[in-house]
Amino acid sequence: MDFINNTFAVFPALLVAVPVVVQLALGAMALALVLGLLIALARISSIKILRGIATFYLEVIRGTPLLVQLVYIFFVLPSIGVEIEPVPAGILGLGLNYAAYLSEVFRSAILSVEHGQTEAALSLGYTPSKTLWKVVIPQSFVVSMGPIGNYFIAMIKDTALTSVIAVTEILKTANILNSQTFQTTAIYTAAAVLYLIISLPLSRVVVVLERKARSSG
Amino acid sequence: MAETIIEVRDVHKTFISETKRSLWSRLAGRPHVEKRVEVLKGVDLEVHRGETIAILGSSGSGKSTLLRCINKLETIDAGRIYVNGHLIGYEERGGELIAEKASITAQKRTDIGFVFQHFNLFLNKTALGNVMAPLRDVKKLSATEARDIAVPNLEMVGLGDKMENYPSKLSGGQKQRVAIARAFAMEPSVMLFDEPTSALDPELVGEVLAVIKKIAQQGTTMVIVTHEMQFARDIADKIVVMDQGVIVEEGPPSRIFTVPQHPKTRALLSRSGILPS
Ligand SMILES: Nc1ncnc2c1ncn2[C@@H]1O[C@H](COP(=O)(O)OP(=O)(O)OP(=O)(O)O)[C@@H](O)[C@H]1O
Ligand SMILES: [Mg+2]
Repeated sequence: MDFINNTFAVFPALLVAVPVVVQLALGAMALALVLGLLIALARISSIKILRGIATFYLEVIRGTPLLVQLVYIFFVLPSIGVEIEPVPAGILGLGLNYAAYLSEVFRSAILSVEHGQTEAALSLGYTPSKTLWKVVIPQSFVVSMGPIGNYFIAMIKDTALTSVIAVTEILKTANILNSQTFQTTAIYTAAAVLYLIISLPLSRVVVVLERKARSSG
Repeated sequence: MAETIIEVRDVHKTFISETKRSLWSRLAGRPHVEKRVEVLKGVDLEVHRGETIAILGSSGSGKSTLLRCINKLETIDAGRIYVNGHLIGYEERGGELIAEKASITAQKRTDIGFVFQHFNLFLNKTALGNVMAPLRDVKKLSATEARDIAVPNLEMVGLGDKMENYPSKLSGGQKQRVAIARAFAMEPSVMLFDEPTSALDPELVGEVLAVIKKIAQQGTTMVIVTHEMQFARDIADKIVVMDQGVIVEEGPPSRIFTVPQHPKTRALLSRSGILPS
């Protein structure tokens, strides 16, 4: 019983880190969505150099651990004079990383839009770029909602990695508490439960989004 | 003679497809083989304002390709296509053909309505949204202006009560009628139909043909590729018969359907039970 009481007791101290997690996740997701879409467009573009740059970016990001990328941004960039505060560095690292994965979601969603949709738009006088923006991308967005939601949940959990670059998110807050009180079990259990409380409802939302995307097809 | 809306002059089109090579022949570095199919072998066609032309022909004779070339969904290899006096796909400068910009092609396409066999409605938009979309996106009309055009067009095709339905909640015949309304609402100089009823259940064919007939009777210039012989006979001013990439015979339905000259026409008509075989 003590264990449960202790866990409840440390909860409020951890809750103060929730706004930081929200800030990280929303900021990084916004960056990842915009950049991911641009990378996807570059990958399907007819301009070879754009395709090359996008593919290179993808390989680098997917071939290195997110943890290393965060460390690189926070500890290595200052040596070339680029100093970034912990939270913006976390947003940047998470955003750049997830952009690569989201670009694959966008790319396959764009390619999955039926050719007939494109032909209909062209036949009605849409230019190729207007066809892309007004017909193809809106439809691919519907298809992408589920996967984007899943990546968002994964990203929330990955915010824990920013603890190594001095962001006082949930894990870092737990570490600090632990070093002061040594209630290791209660503190880290509370931290794990807190992540669950955030991600479980979100995964329900994703299921609903996926169902909606399927039925509109 | 009424003014010429479509002029197709000696059009050639070849599809080049790379044949799939086996892994072994790729490893052995054998050169890949290009498969060339000449689908249009010199086609000439004139369509005048207000005319209804029906194109008949067996499967693979090049009917769809010809229609698709007219609004540049396919590019031609040789010849000229003019719609309303505008050369399609190219600019002509001092006798030389220069590929035109995509925006120019798009502009010319607004003047050509195209109805597909498989409807191709925008799946994320309602019936009304489908008809309004090009009016807003291409013609840059306001929402109110677009609606004021879209609603009567949907009523004209008999879908005044289905305007808020998404394509997934429409029957094939209803979808095709929305597609017709969407193309027609742009007020094109000519409407092209590529087998508009071939993808429909038999009991839904009639409602779509009725709408096409209604549009024809309003004096719309149109070209219809169809396998519906009776319908072609009923509404067309001129029948064009294609075979293996050329037009083998053309003329008024009264003549084509009673005294066809070309063996391919006779074969086609007897196969559909119009002529005794
Ligand atoms: N994109 C393409 N690539 C290669 N070959 C093609 C392509 N489109 C059509 N063809 C070929 O061109 C020929 C003519 O096709 P087309 O679709 O114009 O015929 P059609 O008269 O419309 O026939 P149907 O009555 O079956 O619709 C066919 O042999 C077809 O296989
Ligand atoms: Mg065809």
